[in-house]
Amino acid sequence: MSSDLTAAGFPTPALTEEMLELDEDDDLEVFSKDVTLTDGSSVSASLPTSPSSMTNQYRFEEESDTRDIFVTVDNPESHVTALETFITYRVVTKTTRSDFDSCEFEVRRRYQDFLWLRDRVEETHPTLIVHPLPEKFVMKGMVERFNDDFIETRRKALHKFLCRIAEHSILSCNADFKIFLTAQAWELTSHKKQGPGLLSRMGDTVRAVAASVRGVKNRPEEFVAMQEYVDTFSQRMSSLDKVTQRIAKEIKEYLDDLKHYGPTYVLWSGSEEELVEPLKGVASCIDTCCQATEEQLSQMSNNLVPLLHEYVLCSDAIKAVLRRRDNIQTDYEAKCDILVSKQADREALTNTEDLSIVLGRLLGKVPEEARQQQEQRLHGQIEELKGEVEKLEDRVECANSALKGDWERWQSNMRGDVKAAFVSTAEKNVDYYEKCLAAWESFLTSMNADQSVEKSAGLTS
Amino acid sequence: MADSGGPETAQLSSNDSKGEVGDVIPEEARSLLRKMEISVAEVEKRTGKNAVNMLETYTVYLIETRRVDSSAENQNFSPDSLWRRYSEFELLRNYLLVTYPFVIVPPLPEKRAEFVWHKLSADNMDPDFVERRRIGLENFLLRVASHPILSNDKIFYDFLTEENGWKEAVMETGFQPKADSRLKALNATFRVKNPDKRFTELKHYSDELQSVTSQLLRVRARVADRLYGVYKVHGNYGRVFSEWSAIEREMGDGLQSAGHHMDAYAASIDDILEEEENYADQLKEYLFYAEALKAVCRKHELLQYELETAAQDLMSKKQQREELVSGTVRTFSLKGMTSKLFGQETPEQREAKMRVLEEQIQEGEELVQEKKTECDEYVRNAWSDMERFKVQKDRDLREAMISYAVMQISLCKKGIQVWTNAKECFSKM
Repeated sequence: MSSDLTAAGFPTPALTEEMLELDEDDDLEVFSKDVTLTDGSSVSASLPTSPSSMTNQYRFEEESDTRDIFVTVDNPESHVTALETFITYRVVTKTTRSDFDSCEFEVRRRYQDFLWLRDRVEETHPTLIVHPLPEKFVMKGMVERFNDDFIETRRKALHKFLCRIAEHSILSCNADFKIFLTAQAWELTSHKKQGPGLLSRMGDTVRAVAASVRGVKNRPEEFVAMQEYVDTFSQRMSSLDKVTQRIAKEIKEYLDDLKHYGPTYVLWSGSEEELVEPLKGVASCIDTCCQATEEQLSQMSNNLVPLLHEYVLCSDAIKAVLRRRDNIQTDYEAKCDILVSKQADREALTNTEDLSIVLGRLLGKVPEEARQQQEQRLHGQIEELKGEVEKLEDRVECANSALKGDWERWQSNMRGDVKAAFVSTAEKNVDYYEKCLAAWESFLTSMNADQSVEKSAGLTS
Repeated sequence: MADSGGPETAQLSSNDSKGEVGDVIPEEARSLLRKMEISVAEVEKRTGKNAVNMLETYTVYLIETRRVDSSAENQNFSPDSLWRRYSEFELLRNYLLVTYPFVIVPPLPEKRAEFVWHKLSADNMDPDFVERRRIGLENFLLRVASHPILSNDKIFYDFLTEENGWKEAVMETGFQPKADSRLKALNATFRVKNPDKRFTELKHYSDELQSVTSQLLRVRARVADRLYGVYKVHGNYGRVFSEWSAIEREMGDGLQSAGHHMDAYAASIDDILEEEENYADQLKEYLFYAEALKAVCRKHELLQYELETAAQDLMSKKQQREELVSGTVRTFSLKGMTSKLFGQETPEQREAKMRVLEEQIQEGEELVQEKKTECDEYVRNAWSDMERFKVQKDRDLREAMISYAVMQISLCKKGIQVWTNAKECFSKM
């Protein structure tokens, strides 16, 4: 089970240690403000978390050096109903966590369910980097959705998606994640309905658009750098993705022609006498090369191509994360602006030449009373705003630190994934050439052996 | 070069030019090559006025020859040389084809590049093509010079040694009109009743050889083209890795060096495929040899046909004589009809006719005998050369495939090295 989860090929313990080193200070800073996680985490919404307990839990998880939750995705099955045909995947969870009712769970989920989970996790943790889901549809190269290779590729990607969440110290505690892993089908459906409704989601989108129009004022340096990195990284990944797919295409065409090459030598051997052995020998070598090429192509298509594509999607995910972080900052900045303007209003009130005071006098209201009313109202508003600003400021701090923490983690994951994929490809290519080499060398040996046999025969005759 | 050495070698080699199968002494030792080193050393472009007084660019090849005396040691003869155009080579070959119709005459390298695997190499002026042609022409000369019969030819010797007046000398042999009639005969359709079975099989074989080698050359060229594509696309990795390394701290170095290896990988295919062209050339030579083989078979058919026709004529003449003697008309003839219509002929007329017939029968019998001798001699000589050719072909093609395997092994080893290095770079990322 655990071997599946480390399919990415990097040592999990080392990763979390690294994360601990970087996050220690930030986490302490966050928790010393003694606020709830206002990013809306449904786990701790009502419970204020004390700094020490959170940090301790953190440390305990990392230092224990063992994972306590393992998830696999397998066994795709097709379901046919009157309305539609779809695939479900088996999701198996093994865990020792106390907040789980049991140590083993098995449920069936379809792609839609994964999408729901992804959306929920993103909403709850807007600035954490969640590994992308495979795409809904594949544009080119696939005719039918339920082609075997397509399903297998999708299954692997879904597996990786869940594994990355399970490995993440914060995300793995997400309530929706737990429900996804454990709930029966009907339970999940009803839980999904409880989520933020369509209108609220629309409201979020409108706010997000408004925020992006407003633009963020003082984006911190590190996030500027992050944006630049992601933009370039995204381009590089797209290029690599395209190049690799092109290579795969060229190899396929080479293989198709190679398959006609060997048989031509066999055809020739039909007209010859002395040359039958060498001709058949060459044909056999070429056939061996064909087989080796099939394997090489398969490795590339099943490992490298999907991996690169995943990281193209990752870039998009990170760009979204950066946008969301910007929006959170913009929200805060907008609130600050309102506060400042209200405070300016209050300033203006102390000035007795205010027009409304004059009007009040004219209308017969007691000027002092009106002014006092006005002042009190403003004071209330300002205090409220101050509270809100403080909350938003914390929200920004949380978002920023979450992202900063996750950034290093993501980079480390990325390096591990990329390295593993390219090392594996290089290994496969070496293997390919070694197989071909062995075939040709054995052919050469047999040719030389024939010749020495002939020579000795000639001498004795 | 005044010393001909020709007649002497003719003397020496005509006795043992049978080319027995299993003969251990290489043919070169019995032929012209024993006396002489031959090479096509250089290639040059010339510009000059052609037959219609127009300026044209053509290529000339430097033929170098050097006397070799196997008896004396430390001989240091300076080489002689002269320049020849491709068209002169063609002239020489046509002369040999006509003069020695029973010989499977070595083919020339192709005039225009065919079975090209890459659009670039279709150009006749491409230096690689020109170089391969130089090698092909040298190969042609060496093959002729090592042939037990062809190597003794004076015109061939002069081709190697006499720059001036060679063309005129060739023309003076009167081979050109023979070449024209030969071409006509080879293309004519006729039916042969009793061909030598061995030649029927040989013709069949030459058809198969031609068909399979041209198919093989075509497929090989396509495979080479595809392989070129695979290697070259990897060059893009070099570029993208290099660009990517700029934004990566930890992975930067690994990516950069991996990128270099990808560039090297992409570049390596050019030399690999250029070398493979030599293998293609070896196959091509035998594709063209198949044509020469066909021509020899065809000539046999022609001679056999002439023999059968002569025999047929003779038989019909004899039959006519018989009829004349017995008075019965078994065969239809105009004379017979007219004599029936206009009355029998006189005894004098009959006797005159008889005399003519006897003469014709006499001539006919001589002709049949002549044709029979010609045919038998042709069959003997052609079969002897065929057996020599078979040994040569089996040896050459076997060696060609061995050298192809060697090339593939080299390709594989290079591939292993590049990807092992790349893997190391990736591991260090």
